[in-house]
Amino acid sequence: MPEMTKQRPKHLALHQIRLPLAGYASILHRVSGAGLFLMLPLLIWLLQLSLSPNQESAAMFSAVTGNLLVKLILLGLLWAFLHHFCMGIRILLIDIHVGVEKQQAHSSAVAVMVVSLALTLVFGLKLLGAY
Amino acid sequence: MNRLVVGAHYGLMDWLAQRVTAIVMAVYTLIIFAAALGGAAASREAWHSFMANGFIRYISFLFIVSLCYHAWVGVRDIWMDYLNSAAVRVILHVLTLLALIGYAGWAVQIIWRL
Repeated sequence: MPEMTKQRPKHLALHQIRLPLAGYASILHRVSGAGLFLMLPLLIWLLQLSLSPNQESAAMFSAVTGNLLVKLILLGLLWAFLHHFCMGIRILLIDIHVGVEKQQAHSSAVAVMVVSLALTLVFGLKLLGAY
Repeated sequence: MNRLVVGAHYGLMDWLAQRVTAIVMAVYTLIIFAAALGGAAASREAWHSFMANGFIRYISFLFIVSLCYHAWVGVRDIWMDYLNSAAVRVILHVLTLLALIGYAGWAVQIIWRL
């Protein structure tokens, strides 16, 4: 079987690979999940501060969430959550054979990217205190 | 030659768990979002009394457990996909598991003492 012994690439040349949009959406599902996992301690700490009855916690919560760096991290996590959420729904639908066709799968990947970015804008402006 | 593939059978269970926990978290998210629109997070007092509600505590507990299980499967998949060294992988699996169990305990005690 000559095809079994033919030369194969020994590594993936990532800069040469052209992925369809659904491929990027899929990788971002993993990236966003990893980011949320890494920032879990921050989120649980903020939950704790938001629910603690004492005044120091209230002040600490305001101070932490008022910090620009924290705001940017939370903005990133907001996008990560929304992308993970939307992409998760897409995956669940594909699991039950909804939107499996190539064109539909492309359209749903576009929808995931657009909807999650649009919602990040809507909630992000709220987070940054624009309204 | 008959060969038993070690570690088989956990794949389907984890695949299913990933979906079930995802649905639990998605529904919880929509409930919290609807509550927030209804003013549940309008003030610290409102937020506290909302989260202290028995039913909300119950579903918050389900959310926390779902989140940690979901994160375990997802993060473990990342380690399995990118790490070739079995030793490094085992160490990171254990650290991930310990971190998530600790987070679960921490988050649960926050909502359960309300």
